Amino acid sequence: MCGIVGLFLKDKALEPKLGSMLSEMLVLLTDRGPDSAGIAIYGGGQKDRAKITVQSPSPSRDFPELATDLGNKIGAKISATIKSTHAVLDVPLAKAEEARAALLELRPSLRVMGAGQSIEIYKEVGLPEAVVERFDVRSMTGTHGIGHTRMATESAVTTLGAHPFSTGADQCLVHNGSLSNHNNVRRELVREGMKFETENDTEVAAAYLSNRMAHGKKLGEALEGTLSDLDGFYTFVVGTKNGFGVVRDPIACKPAVMAETEQYVAFGSEYRALANLPGIENAKVWEPEPATVYFWEH
Amino acid sequence: MNISNVATAPAREVDFPERVFDLAKRSLRELNQALHQLTPGSNETAWEVLNPKGSHSVAVGVDQPVAVDVRGSVGYYCGGMNAGGAITVHGSAGPGVGENMMSGSIVVKGDASQYAGATGRGGLLVIEGNASSRCGISMKGIDIVVHGNVGHMSAFMAQSGNLVVLGDAGDALGDSIYEARLFVRGKVGSLGADCIAKEMRPEHLELLQGLLDRAGVTGVKAAEFKRYGSARTLYNFNIDNADAY
Repeated sequence: MCGIVGLFLKDKALEPKLGSMLSEMLVLLTDRGPDSAGIAIYGGGQKDRAKITVQSPSPSRDFPELATDLGNKIGAKISATIKSTHAVLDVPLAKAEEARAALLELRPSLRVMGAGQSIEIYKEVGLPEAVVERFDVRSMTGTHGIGHTRMATESAVTTLGAHPFSTGADQCLVHNGSLSNHNNVRRELVREGMKFETENDTEVAAAYLSNRMAHGKKLGEALEGTLSDLDGFYTFVVGTKNGFGVVRDPIACKPAVMAETEQYVAFGSEYRALANLPGIENAKVWEPEPATVYFWEH
Repeated sequence: MNISNVATAPAREVDFPERVFDLAKRSLRELNQALHQLTPGSNETAWEVLNPKGSHSVAVGVDQPVAVDVRGSVGYYCGGMNAGGAITVHGSAGPGVGENMMSGSIVVKGDASQYAGATGRGGLLVIEGNASSRCGISMKGIDIVVHGNVGHMSAFMAQSGNLVVLGDAGDALGDSIYEARLFVRGKVGSLGADCIAKEMRPEHLELLQGLLDRAGVTGVKAAEFKRYGSARTLYNFNIDNADAY
């Protein structure tokens, strides 16, 4: 099963509501996946600044002095916004890579959930309602976002096994389905220098896209590549700094429905997730075709 | 004394408010339970469902000749196992609409998702919009009429019944088909294993015209369709066919 949602806003007036809209969509798909839930939201990015979302199994130990310690270590002014087990660090863009490396030394138990100029990622074990409450996702603003509620099939039920998976700056991916050649693809990507944190098949898909884009492919081209290189059942919904893309495998047995109005493009594993969106009655609603890449950019 | 039932009978919603189910206020289980409790000869023959908002399993297991009008879009398996009911979805339907239908009818005013009418054994399923992939998969006697297009692998392993498509069909139509008849008015992406174009004989024209009439299709002639069906080469295992399986 698994449930996926995505919302790409065209109308700026809806941006303050992104978190609440996306949360409602995700909670409506709770019974597609009770194991874990996660959400990636794009918004509030500043020029010359980067955000690093980190997760800690013991936030009371890791977070209190984190911004100061990291700032001292890399010689920069850094702030941290702490939400439960996650913290979003605001660092100078030029020092983002340095900060990421320093984090691992300063707090070895921290896990980087994602990094980039506008992406923030929150994911934990548990039901969507608990996860959106915990991180106060409903109050978040932004331009676009994706979410996932997981029924674990290919790897352990852990925070790291939750979606979205982010393997490149401002990139993330959620997946409904299962890949059958992920171990082979992972080995190939490891040879090319990609690093993996889990045994999860979805992380391989995310890393595949990041790797192809690092080699100069556009997201649309990278998504096309999944059709020949990834074997299995999948509906992928991906986010980039400015964009939002969807692709289904050629068999396309995993459910997907999309809606578009002048205000937004929305994706849901089921229509239920879209049923309460504004203007849905008059939206163009369709099922994405198999082996076809759909993509929107700001 | 008022002796005229007819003159005083109010609109049915007022008379039998319990037959209008607002799923924003009452549970799906209440609806389906009320439908299942109907007995032969019941006068409660008209039902209305409001605010389905993509709910799963709306009006599943109806087994009396009652009409159910669903005002909005439904999720998985609407009208599944229907036996005798006349279900109308005034919206779109999710995966598996009319799955394993036995008799009666289901009309979807909008589009239908994957495997509409799967394994259906009888009755009539009408999709007024488009149907998605695997429409009529393993159909076993159901009649399906789609006003628009159907997706890939429709009528996969179809065994009996009729699939009528006024628009186009996707790839691998009728893959591994047995005895079902497929009528397509538009283009066919490709034919699946053992599915071939067949001659449209007078009895097929008559059958098709009857289906079009029952499905409320007007202004379309049976002669505009092509017929497809089984070449019957996969009925018995033959090593020369191994590639076709």
